[in-house]
Order: sequence, then structure tokens, then C-alpha cells
Amino acid sequence: MRSQRLLLALLPIVTGIVVLVAWEAVVRLNDIPPYILPSPLAIGAKLIEDWGTLSSSLWVTLDITLMALLAAIVGGGGLAILFAQSRWVEASLFPYAVVLQVTPIIAIAPLILIYVHDTRLALLICAWLVAFFPILSNTTLGLNSVDHNMLDLMQLYRARRGQVLWYLRLPAAMPYFLAGLRIAGGLSLIGAVVAEFTAGTATGGTGLAYRILESGYRLDIPRMYAALVLLSLTGIVIYGCTSLLSWLVLHRWHESAVRRDR
Amino acid sequence: MRKAFPNGTVALDGLDLAVRRGEFLSLLGPSGCGKSTALRLMAGLGEPTAGTVQRPAGAKLGFVFQEPTLMPWRTVWGNVRLPLQMAGLSRGDAEPRVADALERVGLTSFARAYPRQLSGGMKMRVSIARAIATQPDLLLLDEPFAALDEITRGNLNDDLLRLWQGHGLTIVFVTHSVYESVYLSSRIVVMAPRPGRVVADIPLPPPTARTEEYRSAPSYVADCRTVSAALKSAIHA
Ligand SMILES: Nc1ncnc2c1ncn2[C@@H]1O[C@H](COP(=O)(O)OP(=O)(O)O)[C@@H](O)[C@H]1O
Ligand SMILES: [Mg+2]
Repeated sequence: MRSQRLLLALLPIVTGIVVLVAWEAVVRLNDIPPYILPSPLAIGAKLIEDWGTLSSSLWVTLDITLMALLAAIVGGGGLAILFAQSRWVEASLFPYAVVLQVTPIIAIAPLILIYVHDTRLALLICAWLVAFFPILSNTTLGLNSVDHNMLDLMQLYRARRGQVLWYLRLPAAMPYFLAGLRIAGGLSLIGAVVAEFTAGTATGGTGLAYRILESGYRLDIPRMYAALVLLSLTGIVIYGCTSLLSWLVLHRWHESAVRRDR
Repeated sequence: MRKAFPNGTVALDGLDLAVRRGEFLSLLGPSGCGKSTALRLMAGLGEPTAGTVQRPAGAKLGFVFQEPTLMPWRTVWGNVRLPLQMAGLSRGDAEPRVADALERVGLTSFARAYPRQLSGGMKMRVSIARAIATQPDLLLLDEPFAALDEITRGNLNDDLLRLWQGHGLTIVFVTHSVYESVYLSSRIVVMAPRPGRVVADIPLPPPTARTEEYRSAPSYVADCRTVSAALKSAIHA
């Protein structure tokens, strides 16, 4: 049982190594020049060589991503709680949240960049627009799917509105919120990168997306790959952190996080 | 009392029922005859369409649903403490009451467990402990043991009798089992469906020791037969 689980954990790593070795071999055996396809080792070397610029770019992108995620939690969660207070508010606002969600961010971003002069703020707004919806819709669903008997019980206890929210609705919505958070984590990174691409070189951006654009103009393909690797790793780390958080909160009571004892 | 739902279903019509202090009253009837609706109205969950529900001022209520209805994110202890918390009791003030309620249902050693770690019968016990933690005067139970196996059900029946005898509680117990109602009650009210109403009101012998022998006593068997007949005529009424 345990060895099988270990094997399952090792498998993706083995697959990755095999692919990387094959890639390296193909590049070397065919003498493919790095400006067409750099080898994994060349990309690694570039990553180390340019670590100074790349890491500072990483911080810029990470800063936008995390701030956007935070704003999505506050904004999405807050709106969901507001919706739960009144059907009228939900009915009048929810359609517009959907409109914001279905309109491609890449089409809105240029407008935001025109109206908002502070580039960082503009990027943040773009990333937030992409990330807040899953939190909003999931949390709204969670707050509304409370067991009716439980609500009756709270009424029998003469619980106040705030108590029902705090002791019943919020904990019941927690698994839904956390599922939304996991999606929002990835989306806020995507939003940040899309916004950076749109802002482009004109506004003197410094994030990872900007590095990719810049390296493209200079035909520095290995550096494009190096920046891409950093973006992927960032996404993976964010996903890992939100999953861990979800597990920490739910593992004692929620079926999704509890191991099946057999 | 009359209760019609917005979709036009008349769940109760002409229901007239007085619950006496200290009695163990069972509402018996086929499913869909309005037992749950009547119980919910007694608890103040929803208003009758016509007529009134009168309760003694300041009477405290306990309610037990057919499902345990526990909060999965709270421990057994936390679940039992909930009504006390809503009533504004501090952690310290609630502690002896929670401990007492848990002891009365025999779950002291499971205080720190989460509901998902308990069996169906144990969850029901937690639900009962939560209902008695506020030391209610009137305990309302809606087919609380319907989903449990025979043995667990028997044990919980005895637990419930012990609670009732020891604490001067008034209990209204909804069931569709003739044997359960005759074993437990001091009075049985039989209801008929469409619309829900009372068709028989059967007093039973005083609640002297209900033991295993009681289940096989001739009087018990005779009572079961009477109640069965009343239920049968209610279904065909
Ligand atoms: N919320 C509701 N809305 C509409 N009809 C209901 C509702 N609750 C119960 N009923 C109807 O009222 C009748 C009595 O239901 P109920 O009190 O649950 O019966 P019992 O508990 O005896 O099985 C049934 O016909 C049921 O379909
Ligand atoms: Mg019912």
C-alpha cells in the first residue's frame, strides 16, 4: 500500500526526467541552434545567468498576482456574503458579475490601462477581474446550500442573523469557498500575465510577461523559456499553497479531505 | 388549526390538540398525514393558516429531527454546546450543562469526536443531548429513530424513557410505529391523512416501569392491538 503510493508520487517525476533527457538528446543529436529550440540545460544555464533580472521580474509578477488574489478573496467573499443577505441584491448584481466574467479580459485590459494611469493598479484590476468570479460564485452557492433543518434549528435557538452567518453559513460555505480559491489562485496569475502582455513595453513594465516579450524581440529564446519556467513554477506553488490551506481547514471534518478508511 | 402550503396542499385541517404537562404524547399516523407539520407548528416553525398555537409563556423547547442534523465541522461537544452558545452562555457556564447532557446519553468519552466518526445511533444521541442541553420543558421529536436498526432503536427508546421519567419533561413524539408508540407513551393521538386531523385519542396505562417484561405483558399486546386497529381505520378513513 505505502510503496504503491510512493510509486504514484514518483511517476510524474520520472516522466518529467525522461522527457527532459529526450529533449536534450534531440537538440544535441540534431545540432538544433538555441534560437530555434534551446536544450533544457541551456535554459537552466540561462536561468542562473540572468537570475538577477529574472528574479526581480518574478517578484513584480508575484506581487500583482498575490495582491489580486487577496483582493479577489475580499471582493468575491464580501460580495457573496452581501448576496446571501438579500435576494434583491443578488438578483440585481449577479448578472453583472457574470458579464465581467464572460467578457475576455484581454479585450477589457487596454481600456483599463487607458483610464488607470498607475500601471501597477491597472494590472491589479485586470488580474482581480479574472480571479474574483470563481470565489464569488462558489461562496454564494455554499452560503445558500445550508441544510434547511439546520436553519430551522438556529431559528428555534433564536439566533440572530449575524450568528446564523458566523456559526452556520460561513463554515458550511467553507469547502465551496476553498474550491473557488484554488481556481482563483491560478486565474490571478493568468490575469496578471495577460495584463502585463497588454501593457507591453510601452508602460515600462518589469514583470515576467514583459521579460518574455522583451526576450522575444531580441530573439533570446532561452531566456523566453527561462521566464516561462518561472511562471509555471509560480503557478504550481500557488496551487500547492491553496491546496494545502484547503486541506488544513477541512481535513478534520469534510469528506473531500478525509481519507477513506477501509 | 388549519395549515395549507403555498402549493395548495392542505396538510392539516381542524386539528385540535392539547398537550398536557408531563405527558409522553405520541403522534401516530401514516406518512403524509401531517405529523411533521403539526410538530413544526408546535415549535413555532411556521404559522398556521388558521387557528392558533398556544404555548405557556417562557416554556423552553427542544427539537430533534429525523436526521441528526449536526454540524460536521464541530465536535460532539461543540454541537451540544451550540444552543447554549446562541443563548449567550459563556464557555464556563455551558461546560457543566454540556457534560451533563452528554453523560445522560452516554457519550462522555466521545466529546472530542467529529460527527463523521460516529455511527447513526450515536449521532442521534448527540442530537438528543443537544436538545436537552438547554434543559427544555417540552421536547419535540420527529421520527428520530426511523432510520436506525432495531437494537439501537430499542436502546434509544429506553434512554428516552429514562430522560422523561427523571426530569418531569413533557414529550411529543412523532412516529409511524405502533409498537414504539405503545411502549413509550402515556397517550397516543392517531392522525389520518388528507387533510391531516386527529381520529383517535388513546390513553395508556401510567408509565410504571417499562421493562423487557412490559413488552410481552398481555396488556401491552392488547394495547398494541387497539392502536393498530385505530391506525388501520385512520388509513382507510
Ligand atoms: N413545505 C411544504 N410544502 C408543500 N407541501 C408540504 C410541505 N411540507 C409538507 N407538505 C405536505 O403536507 C402533507 C403532510 O406532510 P408531513 O407533515 O411531512 O407528513 P408526515 O410527517 O406525517 O409524513 C404532505 O402531503 C406533504 O406533501
Ligand atoms: Mg414527517
